[in-house]
Amino acid sequence: MEQFLEQFPIVVQSLNVGFLQTLKLFFVTLLGAVPLGLIIAFGSMSRFRPLSCFTKIVVWIIRGTPLMLQLLIIFYFPGLVLGKQIWGGGEASRFLASSVAFIFNYACYFSEIYRGGIQSIPVGQEEAGLVLGMTRKQIFFKVTLLQMIKRIVPPISNEIITLVKDTSLARIIALQEIIWAGQAFMKGSQGISGQIWPLFFTMVYYLIFSGLLTVLLGQLEKKLDYFR
Amino acid sequence: MAILEVEHLSKTFERTEVLKDINFSLEKGQVVSLIGSSGSGKTTCLRCLNFLERPDTGVIRVNGETLFDAADPVTTQEAAIRKKRLHFGLVFQSFNLFPQYTALGNVMLASELLARERPDYKENKRIIHEEIEHKAEVLLVQMGLGDRMKNYPHQLSGGQCQRVAIARALALQPDILCFDEPTSALDPELTGEVLRVIKELAEQRTTMIIVTHEMAFARDVSNHVIFMDDGRILEEGTPEEVFGHPREARTQQFLGHYVQ
Ligand SMILES: Nc1ncnc2c1ncn2[C@@H]1O[C@H](COP(=O)(O)OP(=O)(O)OP(=O)(O)O)[C@@H](O)[C@H]1O
Ligand SMILES: [Mg+2]
Repeated sequence: MEQFLEQFPIVVQSLNVGFLQTLKLFFVTLLGAVPLGLIIAFGSMSRFRPLSCFTKIVVWIIRGTPLMLQLLIIFYFPGLVLGKQIWGGGEASRFLASSVAFIFNYACYFSEIYRGGIQSIPVGQEEAGLVLGMTRKQIFFKVTLLQMIKRIVPPISNEIITLVKDTSLARIIALQEIIWAGQAFMKGSQGISGQIWPLFFTMVYYLIFSGLLTVLLGQLEKKLDYFR
Repeated sequence: MAILEVEHLSKTFERTEVLKDINFSLEKGQVVSLIGSSGSGKTTCLRCLNFLERPDTGVIRVNGETLFDAADPVTTQEAAIRKKRLHFGLVFQSFNLFPQYTALGNVMLASELLARERPDYKENKRIIHEEIEHKAEVLLVQMGLGDRMKNYPHQLSGGQCQRVAIARALALQPDILCFDEPTSALDPELTGEVLRVIKELAEQRTTMIIVTHEMAFARDVSNHVIFMDDGRILEEGTPEEVFGHPREARTQQFLGHYVQ
């Protein structure tokens, strides 16, 4: 018990640093994937067949293979095959490679949600706007956009909660996120070794953060409840 | 002079000829009913008038001005079409109200967006907004929805929704108001309230084209009846002529289904 009390502040300090990296990856991914997903969605809905086919194949590959594998390929491929360390070196390089992999992966998932959202708006909405002399831009921003957002908030929320936990996959390329930080105390770090409880303790961070997000996203969903 | 002239309108989807050389005209203040069996091309005809479909051939003229001439590429340009749409209003079978706006918001939206194009919009924003709001309120009261203005579409009955949709179309003061089976999505109980509103509009001499399966209503409200069959105008005339003494066997057969 005494030993635990001694170790606790050291562990928390270290987990905090790891969790900061987790949060960074989480927000960078969201910031990148939300707009990139929209671009991919438009690509896959394009009337230009080669573009829509190409986009659909890319989405299929990204969604059809494990994110962990994508992380490994993106991180190691340039160095091994091209002989060039395009990511640079150290923790920064791991973060950069992780961000690219996560943004791309999540953008593909988001794109499918967006596409579903866009296509679920009845054509009658656009036609009603056209008949009233509105431009297509006005129709998008004043009529369809909010309806789309309302429809995509629940599935996007699911993805966002999944992302919180998925960030731990970056551990595979040794990104120093919270799991990595917790595991360090098994091998030995800062005079603590052979301890597994710090790893288990990371659970608290995940639960608090995903709980917070669930509440926030739930409120957003409620806010959009005033229409159907 | 006729307010609307339609000449040689035709439209083909893939290989089906849906409209075959449609010709008709309409005087200001008149009500024309478009009747005919399912698939005869009534909806397509209205959609062409509202530029939701592009006719393959034909001319559409309003007040003598050629809005569309399939043979003249200048008139078929997308950019020019938007303003031309404003000559027509269209009330859909399924209302197509904007769910995130209140009844009042639905009626005001297009007017507000159009007002932004006015040169004096910046200086007179407030006054313009108030004018638009006032006009929308008057229209909704006229539709019998004075106590429903702040409600969202999902809080309204089908009949109320359709009356909001009519107000929304009227707000832009179209020369010709088109209805595509305005009561087909409604319970029989709610049909009456919508037909009553349309009847009032007819009494105020609103120029209208009404596609309907309500034969008694068509007979009562219209000045002119057009019977369409297989993409053609098979017979037309006064309600008395078409309903009372149909010439064509096909018309007689069609109307026969409605006599009980
Ligand atoms: N976008 C389209 N693509 C292909 N065919 C179409 C399209 N729109 C309509 N049609 C066809 O055109 C024909 C006429 O359709 P339209 O909707 O104009 O008939 P209608 O007289 O309004 O019938 P209803 O009384 O059932 O509403 C039908 O055979 C229909 O299948
Ligand atoms: Mg129809």
